[in-house]
Amino acid sequence: MTEIINVFAGIFIAIGALLSLVTALGILRLPDVYTRNHAASKGSTLGVMSVLLGAFLYFYTLDGDYNSRLILAIVFIFITSPVAGHLISRAAYNTGIPMWEKSVLDELKDKEKHEKDGLKREKQ
Amino acid sequence: MVLKISLICISIAMLALIYRVIKGPTIPDKVIALDAIGINLVALIALISMLLKTSAFLEVILLVGILAFIGTVAFAKFLEKGEIIERDRNH
Repeated sequence: MTEIINVFAGIFIAIGALLSLVTALGILRLPDVYTRNHAASKGSTLGVMSVLLGAFLYFYTLDGDYNSRLILAIVFIFITSPVAGHLISRAAYNTGIPMWEKSVLDELKDKEKHEKDGLKREKQ
Repeated sequence: MVLKISLICISIAMLALIYRVIKGPTIPDKVIALDAIGINLVALIALISMLLKTSAFLEVILLVGILAFIGTVAFAKFLEKGEIIERDRNH
């Protein structure tokens, strides 16, 4: 039983490490801030959650008790990492970082608040 | 074996992110890469704690996660409004 759980822990850890590698590849290769943020927030969240789940299973077979701090860390990262990504992406949009020239859709362009901010920035 | 290979993968990922922190064309690029470095550091601490067969480092995981989130939120607010803690409440 412990060996089976250890095999599952190894699979989870390997998947998480590969997802982190893919995330770094996306951050290196994608063209602008918004696509890079897409790679960073989603990919690294899933990667680190998978690694922490593998660590939880590993410590369960090592000590025989449930490690509540790891569960708390998984839940916390699952909640906060996409929120942080969204906040920094919106800050980038509001400070006028340009999108990639081949982007096809800008849904925030028609929002009233953004137009007002843009006018204020043009006056300054 | 799996642990060491994963450690190498995450180290390579963090090197790529450090390149983006130094090179990144705009400030939000650097902040995004810094946030991802914090998240990867959590995974690195978990792997090292498994390699050393001790559960003593697990508080560090929570602390680094909270600090990475608060740092990113503060950077986002600073970029958008120019200040982090607003004193006046009249607007």
